[in-house]
Amino acid sequence: MDEAPRRKGNARSRIGDPLFKWLTWSFTMLVLLILGGVVFTLVEGSIPVFKTMGLDFLITAKWNPVTDQYGVIVPLVGTLVTALIAMLVGVPTSFAIAFFLTELCPYFIRQPISIAIELLAAVPSIIYGIWGLFIVAPYFQSHIEPVLIAVLGPIPVLGALFQGPAIGIGMLLAGLILGLMILPFITAVTRDVFSSVPAVLRESAYGLGCTRWEVVRRIVLPYCRTGVVGAVMLGLGRALGETMAVTFVIGNAHRLSTSLMAPGTTISATLANEFTEAVGDVYTSALIGLGLVLFVLTFFVLALGKRLLLRAGH
Amino acid sequence: MSTQIFAPTISGTAATSLGDDEAKEKIGIRDLRFYYGDYEALKGINISIRDRRVTAFIGPSGCGKSTLLRTMNRIYEMYPGQRTTGEINVDGRNILDPKEDLTRLRSNIGMVFQKPTPFPMSIWENVAFGIRLYENLPKADLDERVHWALSRTALWDEVKDKLNQLGTGLSGGQQQRLCIARAVAVKPGILLMDEPASALDPISTAKLEELIAELRDDFCIVIVTHNMQQAARAADYTAFMYLGDLVEYDTSEKIFTNPADKRTRDYVTGRFG
Amino acid sequence: MNPVVRRHLTDKIVVAVSFAVTAAILAVLAFILGTLIYNGLAAMKLSLFTESTPPPGSAGGLANAIMGSLMMTVLATLIATPVGILAGTYLAEYARGNKLASVVRFINDVLLSAPSIIIGLFVYTIIVMPMGHFSAWAGTVALAIIAVPIIVRTTEDMLSLVPDTLREAGMALGTPKWMVILHIGYKAAFQGMLTGILLAIARVSGETAPLLFTALNNQFWSMDLNAPMANLPVVIFQFAMSPYADWRELAWGGALLITFTVLVLNVLARVLSSQKKRAA
Repeated sequence: MDEAPRRKGNARSRIGDPLFKWLTWSFTMLVLLILGGVVFTLVEGSIPVFKTMGLDFLITAKWNPVTDQYGVIVPLVGTLVTALIAMLVGVPTSFAIAFFLTELCPYFIRQPISIAIELLAAVPSIIYGIWGLFIVAPYFQSHIEPVLIAVLGPIPVLGALFQGPAIGIGMLLAGLILGLMILPFITAVTRDVFSSVPAVLRESAYGLGCTRWEVVRRIVLPYCRTGVVGAVMLGLGRALGETMAVTFVIGNAHRLSTSLMAPGTTISATLANEFTEAVGDVYTSALIGLGLVLFVLTFFVLALGKRLLLRAGH
Repeated sequence: MSTQIFAPTISGTAATSLGDDEAKEKIGIRDLRFYYGDYEALKGINISIRDRRVTAFIGPSGCGKSTLLRTMNRIYEMYPGQRTTGEINVDGRNILDPKEDLTRLRSNIGMVFQKPTPFPMSIWENVAFGIRLYENLPKADLDERVHWALSRTALWDEVKDKLNQLGTGLSGGQQQRLCIARAVAVKPGILLMDEPASALDPISTAKLEELIAELRDDFCIVIVTHNMQQAARAADYTAFMYLGDLVEYDTSEKIFTNPADKRTRDYVTGRFG
Repeated sequence: MNPVVRRHLTDKIVVAVSFAVTAAILAVLAFILGTLIYNGLAAMKLSLFTESTPPPGSAGGLANAIMGSLMMTVLATLIATPVGILAGTYLAEYARGNKLASVVRFINDVLLSAPSIIIGLFVYTIIVMPMGHFSAWAGTVALAIIAVPIIVRTTEDMLSLVPDTLREAGMALGTPKWMVILHIGYKAAFQGMLTGILLAIARVSGETAPLLFTALNNQFWSMDLNAPMANLPVVIFQFAMSPYADWRELAWGGALLITFTVLVLNVLARVLSSQKKRAA
C-alpha cells in the first residue's frame, strides 16, 4: 500500500513497456548465448586434439597420456553399453509402473506413489554413487555375479558377456544403477502420455470386454506411440550424460572388454576422473573433445525425444 | 435459445426514437471494419452511441458484437493479426489514431468481461489498483474512493468486513460486481460490458441489472448480451447485429415490439439464433 | 486353452508383474533412504557442523563444505532467479507464436537435460582458464547455468496458465503491459514460480560434476569467492572414494545432509504446487 507514491507516473510513462520488453528479451538471448557458448568452447577446445590425432581421434581405442595418443572409442563404447543396459532395465520397469499407475492403482494411493517415484528422480546422482559403491557392489560381488558367471557364462556367445572374476563394480552394475536413475523420468513422462488418451477410447475398449492389459497393449500404446518413444529418448539422453553415479561404480579402467562385469569407463566418468589432473594441451583437449562427442550425442537424442513429445502434443 | 415471444417492459425515460433524445453522442463509429487476419469480422459499422444511456448489442454468436465492443478500447491489439479500419470517435476524438496513448484511453473506458476477473489480490487492492495507476491520492482519500466505488456497486455492505481478503474468494455475482466497482472506481466516461451476466445465476443477474440501471445516469454503458430479455429490460437502445453487419439500431422498445427489418424480427421472436 | 481363459490369465500375469515391479522400486527407494539414514546418522555429531574437513586419519567435520555449498547455492540462486524469470516472462508474455521463441524454448529444454559435466567444462573454459585458478565464483556460475533452464521453464509454464481474461482486465483499466505482468501476472503465478525456484535449488544443491572443474575443493575454511571452495558434493566424492574409514563416515554424513535437504525442498515444492491447484 505504501507503494502508491512510487507508482505515480509509472503508468503514464511510455518507456516502461519498451524497457521491460527489452530487458526480458536480453535475458532470453542470454539463454541462447549460453548454448552457443557451450558449443563454441567445446569445438574450440577440441581443435588441438584433432590437429594431433586427426579423425583418428574418433575411431581409435588408444588412450595414452604418456605418448599423447587419444581416441574416443573406449569411453564412447562404455557410455553406449551402460546406457543400453540402463534402457533394458529402465524402460520395461517404467512401463510397468506407468501401467500400474494409470490402469490399476486405486485412486487414493496413486498420488503418493507418483510422488515417491518422483522423489527417486530428485535424489542427487552422487547419492546413487555412494549407495552403489558401498551397499550394492559388495552384495553384487558376493551374491549376484557368481551366479551370473556360473549360469550364463558357459552359454556360447552370450556367455562372453559374463566372464572374469566377480568384483562387483563394472559396466553391468553401472548400467543397472543408471537404469534405476532414469526410471523415474521415463515413468513420469509415460504416465502423462498414457493419461492423455481420451477416456472415451479407453472406456469403449473396456466396454468391448478388453482386459486391462489388452486396453494398454491395443489402445493406449498405439495411441501414444510417439510420446512413449519421446519419453524413452529423454531417458536415454539422461543415461548417456550421467556422471557421478557411474564414476563411483564403473571401475574407471581405460580398456575394452567383452565381459560386462569387467571395469570400464564412460565419457563423463573419464572427464570427472582425469580433467583436473590432465597435464599438457593435447591431453586437456582430448578430454574436451570427449565432452564434444558426448554433447553432440545427447543433444541429438534429447532433441529427437523433445520433437517426438511435441508432436505427440506434450 | 428461448423461443418465447415476450413483451418487453421498458423502464426509464428513453425517448421513443433516437432523433428525439437530447443525450449527446459519446461514441461515434464510422465505417468500422475489423479483420482477423484476412477474415472481415465487421463489415463497415456506423453507429452513434449516446452518453448516459444503456445501449445493448444483440445478435447470434459470431455476429461480431463482442468484436465491436473490443474495438472500443482497442483491447484486441493485445493479439497479433487483428486490425481495424475506419473511425471510432470518443468525445469527438478518433481513438483508432495510431498516436493515441492506449493506457490513457483505456483508463477512461471501463470494461467488464464475461467471466469475473478479480485480480489475485485483496478486495481493497482490486478496487484501488486502477485508481493508483493514474492518481496519487493520500491513503484516506483512496479509502474514501474505494468505499464510494463499492457502495455504487452495492457491494460495500457485503464486503466491508473483509476488505483484506482475496477478491477471488467472493461468490461469482460478488466477483462480477467487484469488477464493476474496479472499473467504476477510476471514474471512466464509458463502461463496456461483454456479456457480464453470462456466468451468473438468476439472482445475481437481477442484482447486476439493477446495478446497470443505477449506473446509467453517470456513464455511457455499452452492453453485449445474448440474452434478449436482458437487453429489453436493461437497455434504452438496442442494436441488432448479424454476420458482421449492423442490421438495425433503435430504442429497445421499437426493436423488441416492432422491428423494421425482417432479420431482426426473426431473431427477437426466436426464429433463429 | 480356451481363449477367454488365456486372455484373462495373461492379464492376471501382467498385472501381477507390474504390481511387483512397482512394489520393488518403492522398496529400493526405501532401501536407499534406509541405508543413508543408518550410515549417515553415525556421522551426525556436533563436530560435523563445527570442524573443517580433516586430513586423512584424523577426526573432523564438514563445516567448511556445508558453508561452501550454502554460499554457492545461494549465490547461484540469486543469479539464476532473475535471469530465469525474465527470460521465462519474455517467452510467455511477449513471444507467443514467435519463431525465435520456439527456438529458445527448444534450446532451454535441451539445456535442462544436458549432461551437467558439460556445463562444468564450459565454465572451466570461460572462467577458470582465463583466471588461472579454480574459484568459488566459477562454481557459482556453473550452478547458476544449471538452475536457469529450470526457472525459465516453470516461469513460462506458470505465466501461460494465467488466463488471458485477467490480462485483458488489467489492460482495460489502462495498465501498461509491464505493470500487468508485474502486478497481476507474477502475483497470479507466484506459487508456481516459487515452486520452480525451489526445484532449481534442490537440483543445484546435489550437483557434483560441474563443481569438479570449477570450485574444486578446499581442505580449509574459506569464504573467499575468488579461491577454491569446499562443497559437500565434491567432498563426498573424494572422501567416499578414499580408503580411510574416517573420511568415508564423513561422506555418509554429507550424503545424508544433502539428500535430506533435497527431499525437503522437493516436498515443499510439491505442497506449494498442490495448494495452487486446489485454489484454482
